[in-house]
Amino acid sequence: MTAIAFPAPDAKVLARRDAIVAGLRAILPAEAVIDSEDERRAFETDALTAYRRMPLAVVLPSSTAEVAAVLAYLSREGVRIVPRGAGTSLAGGAIPQEDAVVVGLSKMNRILDVNLPDRTMRVEAGVTNLAITAAVSHEGFFYAPDPSSQLACTIAGNIAMNSGGAHCLKYGVTTNNILGVTLVLLDGTVVEVGGDALDAPGYDLLGLVCGSEGQLGIVTEATVRILKQAEGARPVLFGFATSEEAGAAVAAIIGAGIVPVAMEFMDKPAIEICEAFAKAGYPLDVEALLIIEVEGSDAEMDAALARIVEIARRHGVKTVKESKSAMETAAIWKGRKSAFGATGRIADYICMDGTIPTGQLPFVLRRIDEIVKGHGLRVANVFHAGDGNLHPLILYNCNDPLEAERAEQAGNDILKLCVEVGGCLTGEHGVGIEKRDLMRHQFNEADLAQQMRVRAVFDPAWLLNPAKVFPLDGRIAA
Amino acid sequence: MTILAPGSEEEAASLVTDSAAARQPLLVAGNGTKAALGRPVEAATILSAAALSGVTLYEPAEMVIGARAGTPLAMVEAELAARGQMLPFEPMDYRPLLGSSGEPTIGAVTACNLSGPRRIMAGAARDSLIGVRFVNGRGEVVKSGGRVMKNVTGLDLVKLMAGSFGTLGFLTEVIFKVLPRPETEATLVILGLSDRDAIGAMSAALGSPFEVSGAAHLPDGDGGPRTLIRIENFASSVDYRIGELQRIGGRAETQVLDQESSAATWAAIRDAAMLVEPRERAVWRISVAPSRAADLVSGLRRRLECRVTYDLGGGLVWLALPVGDDAGAEAIRPAVRAARGHALLVRAPDALRAAIDVFDPPAAALQAVQAKIKAAHDPAGILSPGRMYAGM
Repeated sequence: MTAIAFPAPDAKVLARRDAIVAGLRAILPAEAVIDSEDERRAFETDALTAYRRMPLAVVLPSSTAEVAAVLAYLSREGVRIVPRGAGTSLAGGAIPQEDAVVVGLSKMNRILDVNLPDRTMRVEAGVTNLAITAAVSHEGFFYAPDPSSQLACTIAGNIAMNSGGAHCLKYGVTTNNILGVTLVLLDGTVVEVGGDALDAPGYDLLGLVCGSEGQLGIVTEATVRILKQAEGARPVLFGFATSEEAGAAVAAIIGAGIVPVAMEFMDKPAIEICEAFAKAGYPLDVEALLIIEVEGSDAEMDAALARIVEIARRHGVKTVKESKSAMETAAIWKGRKSAFGATGRIADYICMDGTIPTGQLPFVLRRIDEIVKGHGLRVANVFHAGDGNLHPLILYNCNDPLEAERAEQAGNDILKLCVEVGGCLTGEHGVGIEKRDLMRHQFNEADLAQQMRVRAVFDPAWLLNPAKVFPLDGRIAA
Repeated sequence: MTILAPGSEEEAASLVTDSAAARQPLLVAGNGTKAALGRPVEAATILSAAALSGVTLYEPAEMVIGARAGTPLAMVEAELAARGQMLPFEPMDYRPLLGSSGEPTIGAVTACNLSGPRRIMAGAARDSLIGVRFVNGRGEVVKSGGRVMKNVTGLDLVKLMAGSFGTLGFLTEVIFKVLPRPETEATLVILGLSDRDAIGAMSAALGSPFEVSGAAHLPDGDGGPRTLIRIENFASSVDYRIGELQRIGGRAETQVLDQESSAATWAAIRDAAMLVEPRERAVWRISVAPSRAADLVSGLRRRLECRVTYDLGGGLVWLALPVGDDAGAEAIRPAVRAARGHALLVRAPDALRAAIDVFDPPAAALQAVQAKIKAAHDPAGILSPGRMYAGM
């Protein structure tokens, strides 16, 4: 696949490669600078594996001071920088370019402080999402945003993409669960944005940094909010004969004043793929499946579920299956959270991430089916039904260039559809390179210009993750 | 004072374009009920959103509402209440504290990033705000975000607009995600706790699985200190959870407020009603990690005669004290900074708010970034100049 363009590498920078690597070795320990081709190859792509570029070099700093020294040096030398957490971006947010140095945060993975009375933690930004929860789960606390890649993905990447997850209907996304970050600016200046109090003075720079895709600086530490786990949690499977009925049930549940902690939707192809992988007991004789999770004491969950089941019955639910044990609960979530991995076992796929107004669900699902079939391909749909965040998985064969191109075209058509019905290009994966060239479908020139002027405050020369988010033409430098 | 009240976004854009060309500063406002918040702005012209009114979008099943910026907050809340929903962040009403009148607008709620006691669970306005349209200082109409609650498409200018007090743009439309209104509420009151014990009790309550939606401590009331813990939920859950929470007060005496008195109590806490009188006193709003709040307050009490209210589990300290020369700033600023918190001077005479910092000045490197962000939106510096920081 070559549909997404990369800027031509800067020949002058390529020619200075040895000097730049030597400059990096002068400020970092030897093991923190990677320049052999074999080792650099591990960093040439992320989870958008159809695209790859060999970076100029890779550095793996161990402290904020080292990150600051690296940025000061590279910005002085006019060398482009691609920040990287765990490299799990589905949007190509961490894909390098030939004239850029990858700054990876994987060595900065320490938990620095746990403050249970204030319900906060201070962590280095390379710590994984799940490791944050793991550090406090024995006390009954957890960090709420739970992207499916949480075993591998870092909080740095979560902040860069403002990641969500299955449970953000109730708990919000990353920006709602962070209090402060240490941010290294392009010139190496270290600033504390926010802190451990709820309010920070001045403009909401923390909110701006969340979702900025590594374009404003590099986050090296974060103060996150943690929450006490509910007394209990119980997912229930609801099978429907049509996705229209499932969609109507979701609307009716919210209309009744119930906001379950999660409401996940899978269509028939997704159910089959996930059931074959996880053996979660998903019903195979339905067209649409909702996984609805409620929390609380046993009596509270019984009461909430009774209300939800009653609503589901009014909307023609065919199957209702409650989790009866912790093992069943784990299997139910394993199936959903491995949807991408399980799909990868049967075919290559690209995963879309548009969000739509939930009222448009039946229409959009029908159109997605038509669009993908129109390109001669198959699709499996999993999505967060409560908030309208879709993840159509378009199946194709990556060894067939024509098919790959058609898959990409189908994906673009789906994202345009999301914008047309009032939604957006990306709900939680970010723009990266993947959706960069579609930005003008969602924003007009004035909208983009205002964003780029703010970007230029931090990086007037477009050195930080420069090939991402904004179309390559018409860029504003200051 | 001239008041410009454009009736459309296009008209607003053209007014701002003209003012930018003439380098004529504009005081960006709704109905002016929070005019005394922030630093006084030197402008001969008010640009008001008052004529931009009306709900533009309401989909209860999608939990989203949009309104033109000048829509009265009361109208938005009434539309939501009619369908059993609410703004999650419980915006405070500044009119009692500031002695103002008129109808607060939804745009100003956004521009001031208001919140209330439910913030500990549901966040502030910025956490529910999902889309904005505004006119920047160049007179360009800009949109950011949208009507869906998960959206990471491009830089999140929505967050910048929340809490920018009209200095980055003139909001024309705002879109919020909303929540169902809980079936009922009740409040557990623990009597007689010291500030330190009260914060411990509130931390224990907030660290429980019971989804506490309000945690406040009123040390200076007539009947002695009261610590309040609110639960909002279905009736059976409220009963169960209040019962479970009664243990955290230890041997202290407790009471339970029913729905009606609970609601009235939290409205008063939300609006800092205990500090409204005497009117000539200065009022500060201090944000600090709860575990450092009690020491901060006891230190300040040793130097200043002040009345105190704790909200947000101790994370928000309201302070009222005699105005004096500097409203106590010389004592308060360094103490709050040492506690790694932030202090906002909410109520003081105009002359004083023009003379001293109202918002905490951030570190120099951050302040430089803020000034550039201001210029990136408003290069001529005409939108409410000086409202947050002198010269910005």
